[in-house]
Amino acid sequence: MSAFLEVEDLRKHYPVGRGSLLKAVDGISFALQRGEVLGLVGESGCGKSTVGRLLLRLLPSTSGKVHFDGVDLMALEGEPMRRMRRRMQIVFQDPYSSLNPRMTVGTTLVFPMKVQGMHRGQEDERAAQLLQRVGLDRSAMNRYPHEFSGGQLQRIGIARALSVDPDFIVADEPVSALDVSIQSQVLNLFKDLQEEFKLTAVFISHDLSVVEFLCDRVAVLYMGKLAEVAPVRTLFEDCRHPYTASLLAAILHPDPERERNKPPLQLSGEISTPIDPPPGCRFSARCPKRMDICRSQDPPTVAIDALHQVACWLHAPGAPSPG
Amino acid sequence: MSENPVPPAAAAAPAELPVLRIRDLRTHFFTGQGVVKAVDGVDLEVHKGEVLGIVGESGSGKSVTALSIMQLVASPPGRIVSGRIELDGLDMVKLDAAAMRRIRGKRISMIFQDPLASLNPVLRIGFQLGEVFRHHLGLEKRQAVTEAERMLRAMDIPSPATRVRNYPHQLSGGMRQRAMIAMALSCKPELLIADEPTTALDVTVQAQVLNLMKQVCREHRTALVLITHDMGVIANMCERVAVMYAGKVVEYTDVRTLFRRPGHPYAAGLLRSLPRLGGNARRLQSIEGQPPRLTRLPPGCAYAPRCPRAQPRCREEAPELVRLRPGQEVRCHFPLEGSLEGSLQGSPQGPLEGALEGSLHRPIPAALHAAPNAAPGAAR
Repeated sequence: MSAFLEVEDLRKHYPVGRGSLLKAVDGISFALQRGEVLGLVGESGCGKSTVGRLLLRLLPSTSGKVHFDGVDLMALEGEPMRRMRRRMQIVFQDPYSSLNPRMTVGTTLVFPMKVQGMHRGQEDERAAQLLQRVGLDRSAMNRYPHEFSGGQLQRIGIARALSVDPDFIVADEPVSALDVSIQSQVLNLFKDLQEEFKLTAVFISHDLSVVEFLCDRVAVLYMGKLAEVAPVRTLFEDCRHPYTASLLAAILHPDPERERNKPPLQLSGEISTPIDPPPGCRFSARCPKRMDICRSQDPPTVAIDALHQVACWLHAPGAPSPG
Repeated sequence: MSENPVPPAAAAAPAELPVLRIRDLRTHFFTGQGVVKAVDGVDLEVHKGEVLGIVGESGSGKSVTALSIMQLVASPPGRIVSGRIELDGLDMVKLDAAAMRRIRGKRISMIFQDPLASLNPVLRIGFQLGEVFRHHLGLEKRQAVTEAERMLRAMDIPSPATRVRNYPHQLSGGMRQRAMIAMALSCKPELLIADEPTTALDVTVQAQVLNLMKQVCREHRTALVLITHDMGVIANMCERVAVMYAGKVVEYTDVRTLFRRPGHPYAAGLLRSLPRLGGNARRLQSIEGQPPRLTRLPPGCAYAPRCPRAQPRCREEAPELVRLRPGQEVRCHFPLEGSLEGSLQGSPQGPLEGALEGSLHRPIPAALHAAPNAAPGAAR
């Protein structure tokens, strides 16, 4: 129980009528050490944003546990939960819709401090310092969101998250709405701040090259379940799950020679619906290495080593061999 | 046909008439805040069977270029104020609405980023796809749906007989985009324009859809103009690339040259700012500042305020597109001459600066500035 964040069998099911369940998140367990950055990757609809919100209790979970610095988050209510929120913040994908258009940037930054009773009497000074830290001018305090570009707004969103000195941040696709030349600015900023504020973070992204740049470990999510969790280097050099391999193979590299010489993608089809999913591995319908057992039974989670887990029958001891 | 050859830079002048030739295109929007010169002097050419990429950030003018080719610029406020857009030598800017309708969907087709927004939600897929056959080929309704079904099958859509009876919302994102491609290709157009066709799709589906587009365009020798912000898509698909910035083409070259030795500092900056797998960089190089507002463009080069190589001349005098090497045209007073590659493959954390330093302050020979074809707006 020494991990900073410990997630155990977390589930989020939505009833969608006629007794059907949409299993957005379906039994996820992982642990994060203090200061670690975990990348959460997967395709749209795989449940990665839902996981982010469940970790912060922005959504009620169906079942499962989240221990945050030794405290059972799911058991907290009212005032203790509200105080806990100071320590856990989020940065959203769309900087245009995540800032209040009728609040000045100053008000937006000061608001969380007022709510949490922090930096009393010095909120404005602290907000101005934060703005400078994220690369904006103090004069931004008196301006409104519409006066800024997307990249600047995302900097403000990051400053807001940092205004209450959190220990833990969930960043939900924070650069995917930004232009390429601006993405790298914000990624560098994020990396610097993570180190400077010693943040533990979950970084949600569909872009594996972004994840490689920022994260220590990567969790690959497929239809509400973890397919593979591994240190970032291991994932890129020695991934074990066929889905991870497909994701890596599908990346288009900014390198014409490499792109023209690569073998064709083996994967067909698309992620299917998580409403009443059939038994067995969620990936089995698309998997190029599918075996009979994959269709009928959920794969066990196998530890390749202390930091590398994979949920796949190919690696289960005593499972039938492929073919 | 199968090995997807990239023509060397020197082979950029085939005898054949290009399918599409754009000359000095200017599309401006007349708004309350002033004139937005969204496209301001674009020259491009695409030959039969060729894939031309247009890459740039939001506001660079790449989508307006596409809409201008299709003659679909909303007017007012927009208007093509000058230039020629020739399809097999026919200047479409001069055509009337009826003549353009006969061309759209038949000789030129377009695929948009968001297939859900470009399909009519209350009409069945088969009816919508069939419209092309009814309108351009005069088929009966039932025959048209049969043709639509055949097209869907050709696009690897499972159970096409069911799908033609579906409404757009019943298809997944990847399937909708395949249906759009089917619709766009159903009359075997000479030119296909795809505006961010896979941006809304997941990576694994993106790879499938791009492969499909490549394959069908190759089969029919359709010329493809592919608009994207994604350098990976460019590397995978294109033979020639136009990099746009603030309404102008700033670099126009073949794909290998662009990635190996970009001449424009903006193109080089974009390539260097990408996080690369296996790069293991401590920091990403980035382009400082913001893209300019098109209503308040600086005099001189629009990129000068962000450019690490900018000299006083760049702020005063707008550069023309000039030939840096055979097949590589760059709109810059002080283009880069070194290779990008060495600096990227080495250790990406530090020596990038050093690697580029060599070429940083070396002015380019005056002869290049005064290239005989550097008449205003000309891109040859």
